[in-house]
Amino acid sequence: MANLKDHMGRPVVAVTGIGVVTSLGVGKTDNWAALTSGKSGIHPISRFPVDHLNTRISGMVDFLPSSSKGASHLTYELAETVAQEAVSEAGLDSGDFGGPLFLASPPVELDWADRFSLYNSDKKDGGSERLLRVARALKELDIFETTQFGSIADRLADRFGTRGLPITLSTACASGATAIQLGVEAIRRGECDKALSIGADGSATAEALIRFSLLSALSTHNDIPEKASKPFSKDRDGFVLAEGSGALVLESLEAALARGATILGIMRGCGEKADDFHRTRSKPDASPAIAAVRAALADAGMSEDEIEYVNAHGTSTPENDKMEHLSLSTVFGERIGSMPVSSNKSMIGHTLSAAGAVEAAFSLMTMRESVIPPTINYDNPDPAIVLDVVPNKKRNAEVGTVLSNSFGFGGQNTCLVMAREPV
Amino acid sequence: MSSPHDVVITGIGLVSSLGEGPDAHWQKLTQPGFQPVLDAERFAPYTIHPLPEIDWNLQIAKRGDQRQMETWQRLGTYAAGLALDDAGIKGNDELSTTMDMVVAAGGGERDEAVDAAILAASESRNDRDVLLNEKLTTELRPTLFLAQLSNLLAGNISIVHKVTGSSRTFMGEEGAGVSAVETAAARIRSGQSTHVLVGGAFQTEHSDMLLGYELAGYLHRGPWKPVWQRQGSEGGGVVTGSGGAFLVLEQREHAKSRGRRIYAELGPIVSGRARRRRGELNSEIAALLEQAHLPDGDLLTISAASGAHAATAAEKTVLDANPALAVRAFSTLTGHMKEAQFPFAVALAAMAIDRKAGYPVFDATAEKPFDGAPGTVLATAIGYHQFEGMGLIKAA
Repeated sequence: MANLKDHMGRPVVAVTGIGVVTSLGVGKTDNWAALTSGKSGIHPISRFPVDHLNTRISGMVDFLPSSSKGASHLTYELAETVAQEAVSEAGLDSGDFGGPLFLASPPVELDWADRFSLYNSDKKDGGSERLLRVARALKELDIFETTQFGSIADRLADRFGTRGLPITLSTACASGATAIQLGVEAIRRGECDKALSIGADGSATAEALIRFSLLSALSTHNDIPEKASKPFSKDRDGFVLAEGSGALVLESLEAALARGATILGIMRGCGEKADDFHRTRSKPDASPAIAAVRAALADAGMSEDEIEYVNAHGTSTPENDKMEHLSLSTVFGERIGSMPVSSNKSMIGHTLSAAGAVEAAFSLMTMRESVIPPTINYDNPDPAIVLDVVPNKKRNAEVGTVLSNSFGFGGQNTCLVMAREPV
Repeated sequence: MSSPHDVVITGIGLVSSLGEGPDAHWQKLTQPGFQPVLDAERFAPYTIHPLPEIDWNLQIAKRGDQRQMETWQRLGTYAAGLALDDAGIKGNDELSTTMDMVVAAGGGERDEAVDAAILAASESRNDRDVLLNEKLTTELRPTLFLAQLSNLLAGNISIVHKVTGSSRTFMGEEGAGVSAVETAAARIRSGQSTHVLVGGAFQTEHSDMLLGYELAGYLHRGPWKPVWQRQGSEGGGVVTGSGGAFLVLEQREHAKSRGRRIYAELGPIVSGRARRRRGELNSEIAALLEQAHLPDGDLLTISAASGAHAATAAEKTVLDANPALAVRAFSTLTGHMKEAQFPFAVALAAMAIDRKAGYPVFDATAEKPFDGAPGTVLATAIGYHQFEGMGLIKAA
């Protein structure tokens, strides 16, 4: 009989449903097959012209009906698709979920397509005056809703019958992990016995790409797109902008067992620590990332020896991978050289607001399937980063526990510890 | 019965067109017949409540930090600094590095000149996507992106004020402010946090920030009127204002052990999501009042009503049905500050508890007098478009 309370007397939180979409495809089956065969979803950009752009590749999700309809519509569809997969797998009513919703999604702005069409709908006056005048005459709310930060969650709440005021959050590239953390915490506090946590990001617009590009954050290895994302390699030159979504149905273990649900994994611990060093760079001694990993372990009631695999943030930027290595080698000591640490981003790119949720989904599947997805494009190891990155080919291995890292702009550091089985 | 895990308010940071800090706000808001600070020219036909003059150096010492932010982030970082100062936390490493933070945020300011140039050029170009690439790659200031990111208000608070326990940003207009306070309080009650910085800011003096309302015709046009009197006027009823509100919420025991002044106790916070298109708003507001367990007797009610016609009418109908409620819609005097609305309402409620007095009516035609010292104050935030919340603030 599994313990229903954890080491701090809180309800144990189980995962009973998982959904995922990336540039590799829709759903767990397709994604897992591609991920474990070392396939890359990175491809040339076709959604908009690439004239004048230094980066012309991405991991965009180009195969959904909303893929060309703007960031808000695509983010909604990405979220809805994975939530449906997760809720169905959990065997719950997908129109009456009955628990709270936590959505990690990108900040919204009026799309340029709408800006252009509003502006060019007449010729009187100019600039923002024209936009405002045209805007107030609109008869439909469609464009308005794409600019409201709460609208995607509001629609999802309607669609899935989640309970109460949905929370939409952003902790930059750690958002997906934070959405899971908020769900775990709500269950542990006894506010609910189940929660729906989603990370979704369909915001790879030209402007988003240019913004990251101007910060020198993106890879410019355009010639062979599938080789551009190469975490922990010596010639890594930035991340690859990507889209995707991940959803988890979280449930108290007690409620899940009581209704006979299949337990897909256990959320053992969550930890976070903010960095006050710089807006885009991490403190050189990696102390905030180290503190976040240690906080997650402490929350899980586990020692560092009990972690068997690390699902790395591994963005393929020179800075992140170096800092992440420093933090892992500090926490795990010499053991880090022989412990598998792989980066899903080598294949799917950086799904930004969704990354923490997508990678938590893959971490859970890694344990269930006893297969560790590889870090591909590891042809030229960085000698300063000595890690077992599970290079280029998947590895069959029993994995009982995973640490998943998420680090983001604005000093955001969030780590999740997951386990295959309850204790 | 007080308990060690009660949530108390030990710091308040406020900025609005009325000035900065609890004292300045109290002084102006308790002046009977006080007239709002308005600017009807700059964004005509819209009236706004502009920011007061602020010496950013007082809370953001490094010029370099100020340069990295646009006004919205500066404003939020400034208001957060005021709250931290007020609670005696600023500059205390031990307290700052263990402090959690939940910020309610929208987005930051775009470069209006670049946008206007692109739009103007779009009139004579059919290859608008190429035009976009051409202009954005050459004309955007690289670090402007960071001034626009929602979570970078929290990021700047970490950098400037060293609040680094944890950092979360909730998005979604008034509802984000409600959830931020609700989540922070839940963390403290459950023992997860001992002290949390929570709040938000809104900078309305930018055409995109007005556009965010006006895409649904929500802004009031024509001569200014109090919040409750805008039904039937030209436009949608919302007059916006620049401002911010941050609170330091603290576990009672933690506050007492460091000998801090307590403004008030934060009682239950309740929130909801009416399906407004199905006409559920009135019943949802009534249900929230029910859940909040209002005390007997007259109750001062600080309403964050926006003036938006439908939401404000629904709120008024439900609140008016309870004769015990003496309602004060502060946005009459500050304008609507979006994500900051609920934290602002909670702050004004806590100040009334602390000073043992209510506010005079802000609108004599729609609000009724309240005399005496309030023991409990209700704060409401009914979103102009979606999401609802309220909470009780009590004498500590």
